[in-house]
Amino acid sequence: MAEYNQSRKNVISLVFAGVFVIILIQIINLQLFSPKYKIMADDQGKFRKVIYPERGIVFDRNRRAILQNTTTYDLMVTPNKIKGIDTAALCKILGLDSTQFARKLVDVIVRNGRSRSSTFDGLLSVEKMAMLNESMYKFAPGFYLQERPVRSYPYDAGGNILGYLSEVDTNFLKNHKGEGYQMGDYAGKTGIERTYEKVLMGQRGIEYWKRDNKNRLTERLEKGMYDTAAIAGQNLYTSLDIELQELGEKLMQNKLGSIVAIDPKTGGIICMVSSPTFKPRFLTGSERKKHITQLLLDPTLPLLNRSVSATYSPGSTFKTLQALVGLHEGVITTSTRYSCGGAFYGCGKPMRCLDIGTFDLRHAITLSDNTYFANVMQKVINNPKYPNVDSSLRVWNNYMYAFGLGHRLGVDVPSEKKGNIPTPATYDKIFGKGHWNFCSFRSVSIGQGEVDVTPIQVANEMAYIANKGWFITPHLVDSIEGGDTYGLLTNFKDKHRSIDIPDSIFEAVHDGMQGVVDRGTGMASRVAGIKVCGKTGTVENYYRGVKQPNHGFFCGFAPREDPKIAIMCVVENSGRFGGTYAAPIVGFMIEKYLKDSITDKARLERINYYSNLNLIPPRIYAEVRRQDSLRHAKDSAYLIAKGYIKVIKDTLGTMDEEEEKDALDKMKKDKEDTRKRQAPKDSTAKNSIIKSEAILPSDKRKPGQADSAAH
Amino acid sequence: MQQKQPELGKGVDWLIIWLYAILVVTGLLCIFSVEYRATDEVLQSILGFKKNYSKQFYYFIAAIIIAVFVVLTDSKLFTALANLSYLTGILLIIATFAVGKEIKGSKSWIPLGFMNLQPVELCKIFTSLALAKYLAMQDLDFKRPKAQLIAAGLVFTPAIFSILQGETGLALVYCSFLIPMYREGLPPIYLILGAAMAVLLVISLLFSTKTLLITFAVLAVLVMFFNKRQIRRNSKLLLGIVAVWAFCSLFVGVAVPFTFKHVFKKYQADRIFSMVGVDNPFADKADEENLSPEELKAKQKKSEQQNYNVKQSKIAIGSGGLWGKGFLKGTQTQGDFVPEQHTDFIFTSVGENFGFWGTTLLLLLYLGLILRIIAIAERQRSTFSRVYAYCVASILFFHVAVNICVTVGLAPVIGITLPLLSYGGSSLITFTILLFILIRLDADRQMVLR
Repeated sequence: MAEYNQSRKNVISLVFAGVFVIILIQIINLQLFSPKYKIMADDQGKFRKVIYPERGIVFDRNRRAILQNTTTYDLMVTPNKIKGIDTAALCKILGLDSTQFARKLVDVIVRNGRSRSSTFDGLLSVEKMAMLNESMYKFAPGFYLQERPVRSYPYDAGGNILGYLSEVDTNFLKNHKGEGYQMGDYAGKTGIERTYEKVLMGQRGIEYWKRDNKNRLTERLEKGMYDTAAIAGQNLYTSLDIELQELGEKLMQNKLGSIVAIDPKTGGIICMVSSPTFKPRFLTGSERKKHITQLLLDPTLPLLNRSVSATYSPGSTFKTLQALVGLHEGVITTSTRYSCGGAFYGCGKPMRCLDIGTFDLRHAITLSDNTYFANVMQKVINNPKYPNVDSSLRVWNNYMYAFGLGHRLGVDVPSEKKGNIPTPATYDKIFGKGHWNFCSFRSVSIGQGEVDVTPIQVANEMAYIANKGWFITPHLVDSIEGGDTYGLLTNFKDKHRSIDIPDSIFEAVHDGMQGVVDRGTGMASRVAGIKVCGKTGTVENYYRGVKQPNHGFFCGFAPREDPKIAIMCVVENSGRFGGTYAAPIVGFMIEKYLKDSITDKARLERINYYSNLNLIPPRIYAEVRRQDSLRHAKDSAYLIAKGYIKVIKDTLGTMDEEEEKDALDKMKKDKEDTRKRQAPKDSTAKNSIIKSEAILPSDKRKPGQADSAAH
Repeated sequence: MQQKQPELGKGVDWLIIWLYAILVVTGLLCIFSVEYRATDEVLQSILGFKKNYSKQFYYFIAAIIIAVFVVLTDSKLFTALANLSYLTGILLIIATFAVGKEIKGSKSWIPLGFMNLQPVELCKIFTSLALAKYLAMQDLDFKRPKAQLIAAGLVFTPAIFSILQGETGLALVYCSFLIPMYREGLPPIYLILGAAMAVLLVISLLFSTKTLLITFAVLAVLVMFFNKRQIRRNSKLLLGIVAVWAFCSLFVGVAVPFTFKHVFKKYQADRIFSMVGVDNPFADKADEENLSPEELKAKQKKSEQQNYNVKQSKIAIGSGGLWGKGFLKGTQTQGDFVPEQHTDFIFTSVGENFGFWGTTLLLLLYLGLILRIIAIAERQRSTFSRVYAYCVASILFFHVAVNICVTVGLAPVIGITLPLLSYGGSSLITFTILLFILIRLDADRQMVLR
C-alpha cells in the first residue's frame, strides 16, 4: 500500500513553502525596494489641480470699478453620456444644424476622448445662456454649464492703461521661473494688468485630486487634507477719473495723439488717453485671434500707448522751463526785455519770430516769442560763470533732469520711453568735440531739435510748475487693498525737489502762462470762472526728411491758486497751431474735471464738433493705401510687416511668436495671391519698394537743418 | 437510524472553517474596496445585487448554505457518487460546446440565469473525487504504468476539453493533480523532470542559447573535476553527469527554439517573452509578413494589453509600501487602473491598501490553510480521504501560487482566480464545496471509505 510514501508529505510541504518564499521575495522587492512604483502610482493616480483665485478689481478715484471680473459660461459635453438627449432642442438653442452638431461632437471626441468632458461651446452669449439655463435639465448629464471667470471692462475705456490678460508664452515662463506659472495660465500683458500682476493675481491654491484610468478627476485626495486654499487678488484704487477718461477718448477720436492729466498734489494720473486706442475686450480670450493681426498692421498704431511710449519735440511748451532756468541762473530778470524784429539774429543766420515788438518775460511767454527765449538760452549757455559751453550745457542739463525730462519717470504703466535731452556728448558726436556752440543748437531753446519728451513728461513738468518746484512721480495706483506687500508704490510717495527755485520765479512764469490763456495763443482753452495757466506748442516735425503738418501741443494746469489738475494734450500732425485743437480739448477736460460736468449747451456742441473732427494726417491714409497696394508690391510687404511687428514688440515688450507668425503668414499669403494675379504685368513692381518706419520720426537732424517759428 | 444522523459540527475541523471565513471576508472587503466610491450608498448597494461586492455577498450566503448541506451529507455518498459526478462533469463540459456562452473570449460558461456556471471549474471537484476513488481501489498497484496512465487520463481529459474552450489557465490547474499522484507513489522522476524543464525553460528565456550551452559545458567539466575520485570509484556517476548535461543542452539548444518557432503561435511566444522582459529572439520575420496588418495590429494590441495589466498590477502592489495606503485609500484601486482587479487581480488591492504586512499575512493565511489540509490528509485512515485532501491542497496551492505570481510579474498572464478572494460565484462555490467535502470526510476520518 501507499503508507510507506508518508515521507513525501515533507517534500510536498517543502515545495509549497519554497514557492511561497519565492513569491515573498518578489513582494519584498516590489513593496519595500522599488520606490519607482510609488512615483508611477502618484503620477497616474493623483492630480495637482491649481485653483485660480479671483483677480483683484481696479477702481477709479470715485470708487467705480473700471476693471472687474464677471462669469461667463462654457457649455461642456461628456460624449459618452449624451445618449437619449434631445439634441434637436439643443441645436435649436445653439443655432446649429444636425450636421454641424455632429461635426462638433466628433471634433470634441477626437480632441479629448469620449469619457472626458470638453468644451462644446465656449463663452456663451447672454441670450444663449438665458435659453440654456431654462432647459439645461433636459440635456443633463451629457451637457453641463461650467463657470469661467473673465475680465470685464464696465466702461470700455482706458484700454491702453488697464491692459489685458493673455496666455503666458515660453518667454514669460522663462522669465518668471519659480512664481508658479504654468503653460496655459493667463497673465497681464500690458497696462495695469501687467505692472500689478503680482498683486492682482492673488495666491493660487492647490487641490489634490484622485484621478482614474481615463484621466478623469474622481474625488479629493484624503478629503482635501493636503490642499491649500486660494487667496483672492488684491483690489487696486487708482487716481483715474473714468468719466474724464471717456471724455478724453471721445475728444481724441479720429485723431492721433494723447492727453495726460495729473493731480499735481499727489502725482496721481487722472486720465491717460492715447488715440487711437483699442477695446481691451477685443484682445481677451477667443476674440484675440480675430483682432490682433488687424491691430498690429494698423498704421495708426493703436497698440502703442502714446502717453508714455511716443516721443515728440516739446515745441514752445519748452519755453516755460527755459524761463525758469534763465531766472534762476540770474541771466534775466522778470523785467528783462528783448525785441523781435522778425527774427533772431544772434547767430548770423536769422531764426524767425512772428510777433514783432519788444517783450518782457511775461509777454514773451504769453505770445510765445522765439527771439526772447533764444536770447535767454544763449545767455545761459554763454554764461561767463562757467568756463566753457560744455559745463554750461551740463548745468542746463541738470535743470532739465530736475524737471523730470531726459529719463524715465518710473510711471506704473509699462513701456515708458525716456525721451532725450541733448548733452555735450550729443553735440560732440554730431559736430565733433569743440566744434559747436550755442548757435549749433539754438532751436533747442524753443523746443525743437534734439529735445524729445513723452506726453507724461510734459504733464509732469506742468505739475512741477504748478507745485512751484516739486513733483511726485506720476502713477495710476494710489493704494492697494490689504497693503502694498511688494513695495510697488514706494516710489510714488516722495516729492522730487532737486533744485530750489524761489516761488517768485514761478509766479512770473504763472503770470505768463495765465496770459497765454487769457489773451495769448491759448485763448481757446479758457474755462469760465477758472484761472487756467497754459502754454501752447506748435511742433515742426519731419517724417523721413519730409516736413509733415505740425503737431499741436497744449499743456497747463488749473486753477492757478490751488492747482488740482496738470494736463497736456498733443494732437499729432493736426496742422495749424497748438492753440487751434489741443487748447480747446484741454479746456473741456479741465472744465469737466473741476466742475464735474459740462452742462452748457454751446460747450457741449463744441465738444461734439471737436470729437467729430478728423485730424488723421494724410500720411496715414497714404500708408493705408500703400498697405493695400502692398499686395501689389512684391518684396516689401513682408519686410514692412516685419518692421511693424518689431515696433509693436518694442512697445508691448512681449508678443506671442505664434501671433507674429500668423501676421507674417497672412502678409505672405496676400503677397503670393497678388503675385499670381499680377504675374503678367509686374514690370513696375521693382520701383515701388517701400520702406516704412511706421512710427513717429526720430527727428535726427543734420546740422544746419531749417529751424523756424514755433508758437 | 436516528443516532447515526451526523451531528452538525461534530468532528469538524474548525481551524479550516475559520481560515475559510477569514479569507472570504477579506475577499469581500477587497472587492468592496475596488468598487466603492465615496458617493455610493453602501447599504443600498449591498442589498441591490447590482454591484459586484453585493453579488459576492449573496454568493457567500449561498456558499454557506451549500457548505451546511455538504457537511450534513453522509461521507459515503461522496465515494458512491465519485465516478458518476465525474461523468456528469465531463458531459457538462461537452454540453458547453453546444449551449455555452462566451465570456471574455472563452466559451466555457453555461448560463443559468441568476449566474453563469463554468463546468471546468466544477469539474475540479469531480476529478478530485474520481482520482481519489481510483487510487483508493484496493487492488490497485500504482507502480504499474497502466495504472499511472489511467490516472493521468482521468485527470487530463477535462484539461484537454478546457484548452479546446480557450481556458488555458484552468486547464493548467489540472497539472496540480500530479502532486496527490506523487504522494501515492508516482515516481518522483516525472515531477523532477517537469520541474527541471520549467526551470530550464525560464533560464533559456532569460539568457541566449549560446551562453547557456557554454555554461552547461563548463559546469559539467567542473562537476567532473571536483568529483573525479568518486567517478574513478563509480563510473556510473560519469554517465549520469553526461546524461544530465546532454539533456540540458538538448533542451535549451533544440527543444526550446523548436517549441517557440513551431509549436507556439507568435503572439503566445511574445507574451511569454515579454513577461520576463526580453524581446522574442525566435521571432520569425517572415511570419509577421504573412499576417495582414489588421491581424498584426490586433495581436500587438493584445500583447500590449497584457503588458499593461502586469505593469499596472505591479504599480499598485509596489506603491503600497510597507504599511499600505489604508483601506479604501488606494489611488490605483480607486482609479480603476488595474484591469480585472476584482477577479484575477484582486491581490493588487490587498497590496495597495494594506502594504507589505497585508500581503505577507495573506500569504501566511494561505500557506497555513494548505499545510493544515496536508496535515489533515495525513491523519486519514482511508486512502480516498487522503488523496482527496491532497487534491484540495494541490488545487489551492496551484491557484494561489500562479495567481500571485501573475500579479507580481513572476509568471505570464494566465486567467486564474485567487481562491476565496476573487470575485465570482462559480469560483467561490467550487472552493467552498471542495473544502467542505474535505471537512466532512475529515469528520469521519476513523471510517474507512472506498
